[in-house]
This record gives sequence, C-alpha cells and structure tokens, in this order.
Amino acid sequence: MFGKKISLFNLIFIFLGGLAILFIISPIIGIYLHTSATDLYETSNDREVQASIGRTLLISLSGTLFFSLLAIPLAYMLARKSFTGKRLVSAIIDLPVIIPHSAAGIAILGFISRDTVIGQIAGYFGLNLIGNPIGIAFAMSFVSVPFLINSARDGFQTVPVRLEKAALTLGASPLRVFFTISLPLAWRSILSGFVLMFGRGMSEFGAVVIVAYHPMIAPVLIWERFTSFGLSYARPVSAVFILICLLFFIGLRYITIEKKKPHAQSS
Amino acid sequence: MLRVLNISKKYDEFFLQEINLEIPKGAYFVLLGPSGAGKTILFETIAGLIDPNSGSILLDGRDITTLPISKRDVGIVFQDSAVFPHMTVRQNLSYALKSKKLTKKEINRIIEGLAKKVGISRLLHRKPNSLSGGELQRVAIARTLALKPKILLLDEPLVSLDVQLKQEIRDLLRKLHKNGQTILHITHDYREAFYLATKMAIMDKGKIIQQGTPAEVFSKPGNRFIASFMGINNYFCYKSIAKNEILIENAVSVKVNNSIPLQGNVLIPQESISILENKNKKASASLFEGKVTDIIEYPDQMELIINIGIPLHIILSREKAISNKSLSNGSLFISFDPSKFVFVYDNL
Repeated sequence: MFGKKISLFNLIFIFLGGLAILFIISPIIGIYLHTSATDLYETSNDREVQASIGRTLLISLSGTLFFSLLAIPLAYMLARKSFTGKRLVSAIIDLPVIIPHSAAGIAILGFISRDTVIGQIAGYFGLNLIGNPIGIAFAMSFVSVPFLINSARDGFQTVPVRLEKAALTLGASPLRVFFTISLPLAWRSILSGFVLMFGRGMSEFGAVVIVAYHPMIAPVLIWERFTSFGLSYARPVSAVFILICLLFFIGLRYITIEKKKPHAQSS
Repeated sequence: MLRVLNISKKYDEFFLQEINLEIPKGAYFVLLGPSGAGKTILFETIAGLIDPNSGSILLDGRDITTLPISKRDVGIVFQDSAVFPHMTVRQNLSYALKSKKLTKKEINRIIEGLAKKVGISRLLHRKPNSLSGGELQRVAIARTLALKPKILLLDEPLVSLDVQLKQEIRDLLRKLHKNGQTILHITHDYREAFYLATKMAIMDKGKIIQQGTPAEVFSKPGNRFIASFMGINNYFCYKSIAKNEILIENAVSVKVNNSIPLQGNVLIPQESISILENKNKKASASLFEGKVTDIIEYPDQMELIINIGIPLHIILSREKAISNKSLSNGSLFISFDPSKFVFVYDNL
C-alpha cells in the first residue's frame, strides 16, 4: 500500500490515524466485551426492548421518507439554480447540526404544541403531536435532514448539466428530465444521504426525549435503564441496538456502493 | 431555412452583438471561430437553451425565438456527445421517441433504422461506458435524428476524437448532408469548414466578421485575423506609395498593374510567386533576393519560409525543392506576378 519502504511521515500519520480509529471502535467493542452472551440473548427477547427498537427504526424511516419528498427538490434547486439568498438558505439547512439537540427539542416542542398552527391542525384530526410518534419523527428529522439535503445537493452537482440540456433538447419536459436523468444519476449520493439521515435520526436522544418520553424509542429506553437500574442493565440494550444499527447501516451502504457501477460517467 | 436576425445577448462579461445569419434549407453551414468567440452562446441561443436579449430566430418562416426547446424542430449534438451513461444505446435512441405517442413496435422500427443509418446496429444493447468516442458521437447523432429535426445543430462534434475517428464522423456528416439534412456545425478548426461546409461564417469577439462559401472566404480573407485563423499565409497590409506601386508591411515595394486604393491588405497567392534559378533576370522590377529562414517538410511537399523583408511562405513539390540548386546556398531569387495578387479593401 505504501511501497516497500514506509517513511517516517507515513509512520506518524498511520499511528495518529490508528489512534483515531481506536477511539471510535474501542468503546463499542468494550460494550460487547462487558456483555455476556446470556444477557445479549435475554435482552434480545425482551418485549420492551424489541418494541422500542422496532419503533425507533419505523419512526426514523418514516420521517426520512416523508422529508425526502421535501429535501430532494430543495437539494436540486440548490445544486442547479442561482437565486438571491442561496447562501442564507444553505446556512439555515446546516443550523440543526450546530445547535444543541436539547435546544432543538425545545424548539420542536414549541413548534408542534397544541397552541401552534400545526398543533391545532393535528388536534382537528384528534392527534396530540407531543408524546406521539409523529412528534418523535419531527424531532428525529429536524436534527438529521441536513445530511440528506447536503448529500443530495452534492449528488445533483456531479450530474453534468449537459446531460440535462441534451434531454431537454430531445423533447423531455423538465419533470421528465429530473426523473429520468438527474435523479438516477444522483441516486447514489441521495441514497447515501438517506442512510445518514435515517441513521442519525434513529440515534437521536436529546431532541426526542423532550418531545416524547413515551412511546419510548431505543435511545430513551437505554437512558431510562441507565438512570433506573445502572450501567449493567443499560449495556445489553445498547449492545443490541448498536448491532441492529450496524446491520442496517452496513446493508444500506452496501446497496449504495453497488449502485455506483451502473451510474459511472462516460462523458 | 434558418434565419437569425439581429440576435444580441449579454452573458456574464460577454456580448453577442447583432448576429445575422441565413442558413438555406439543405445547406451545411459551418460557424468558425476561436475559443471565446461566442459560438457556443449563439448555438445555445438558437437551440433554445439561452434566451436572447433582442432579435429573433425564424425556422422556415416560423418565429421560434421564445418557443420551448421541444417545439423548435431543431436537433442538437453536443461536443462531449452527452449520451446518457445510465442507459443502453437503445434506451438513449428511444428517449426522444417516448415523448411521442408511438407503439413499442414503431419505436423499435425507428431505432433499428437510425442505428443502421449511422452504423451502430451492433451496439444497441451496450452501455455508453463501453463505447469509443466515435461510437458515442454516432449514438448522439442518431438519438437527435430520431426527432427528424429541420436543422441539425452540431457543437464541435469532432473535437474530442482522434484522427481516424474524425474522418469516420466527417464522412457520416457528409452522408447525412447529402441525404438532405440541413446542418449548422460549430468548430474552431478551419479544416472542418473546408471539408464539410457549403457555406460558412467566421465569428470573433461576439461578432460575425465574414460570411460566404469556403472558396470565397479562403481566397479572400477579410482581415489579418481571419487569414491567420484559417491558416492562410502571405497576407500582408500595404499602402500605395506611387502610381502602380505599393509598399508591403513598410518593407517591400512592388510594382502593380492595376489601380488600387491607397491602403488595404494583400494576399500573395502561391501561383503569383516564381523561384528563379539565377540572378541574371534581375532586370525584372519585381525580383527579390531572400534568405531561407525555415523549411517545413511534408510527405510530398516542402514549405519554405523566405525572408525578403517580409516572411514569405512558398510551397514546393519535394522534387522541385531538391532539384533547386540555389536552395542549398540558403538564398533564393523570387519574382511576383502582381496581376494575381488579391487585394482586400474592406477591413471587415
């Protein structure tokens, strides 16, 4: 990889980089080293754990799918159009990434409570968004949608404008050009953003716990087990949840990489 | 017929200025110009990808200036072919046809016909990333022809091809033109104009600076820029210093037979230059001694650059150059036949 002779420069960088990887991986490995197979098995069969993980995946996936319908057109506009205030819009998109997630939860709470327009509309249909999966989906999506928008925008930017122009000259409407040229060619980046949004959403705790302690999603359940029973009770739930997250993450990443080949650019 | 009338467009820092063009039905029109001349902006304006600030575009008498691209009856082939990389060749060819109300059988029949016409029948199942540059350009041309456009617009279609593929695509374009297709071809290579065009225009700095048939433009380039851009040598400025005498580039005076304006440009064609074996004929008023400053060898010809006060390019057959004894001395005597000089008075 680095040739026959490894320079001092490479050695130092490999050492520092290795420490960074170790920093990420060792706490996760630590969880599994401190969790017995019996605990892992019993926790996996715990109805409460199963329900919270299933709920987490479902809500995060629903939020990601719903906000994709809004985020992808926005990403396309950002990639293709010049307009006044474009930089401001880009900055606004990144806002949820930098604000504390507990503060984001407070903001969402104010946004969906009964005395707001959205809260009242939901109330009209007999829904209270606070303490509701829809409220949780809002909180999850609020903190994770920038990943999808930014990734999709980068994807659309890599699609040569010439291809879209060529499609227009072949009599296609802008909508058909979007669905047959832009979207298929940017699909890998969009899917990558989708994976990141989904993953970031299901791991969200700070914003969700303020909007809805119940119904309990997995990160809240881990928190509850930790505060009520201690580390040894929280750890097996964490181990199971991390495993499920990893399986989804690796699976979706695999699909994303597989998509790369057919979309290779020839021109 | 395509008529471009007084088209102007400001594009970033660039101005397209009052462009007027007339491309008759069945013509092969080449728009020639250096990079940054504004060719592509004009091309995209005609195609409908850019809206002009003023002027109009008429196709067979119909004003298409503000029409959407899909309703213009123009077909466009881009420089980089712009073949859709995620589709097979067949899917690329059927892309335009799917907007029309055709049955699958009809679409397939048209695709087979187009593929045969441009020689890509065996490639229909292939993905673009497995095709050569020439094959991609054929696919792009066939895909555009599916629309049966009244005019085919080609933006530097040969620029990214190697010599052999260039020749193949040139032959294909000639074939399409012979079959009656009207073509507007944009290029920076004057040889493409010479090989393909029935009519041409030269563009520089957002303006059309000369129009005509290739023979007209090559035989009488409007100014020094055009001459240089078209690879035409021996094009100089002159001023009249006496009755029937001109001073070329303030360096060489030559007697001329005809009456000419006080100043302008002169093209000294090869047929007006003679190389003399010895200086006995120095009695002639238009005899000049010059030093050979460079020799460029071609397979069957040699180009001599001789300094007689102005750098004169002389093309000789290889045999003639080798047999010329005075050439080995590094100097030559040259005489002109000024009646064959081409004088260009209008600085276009």
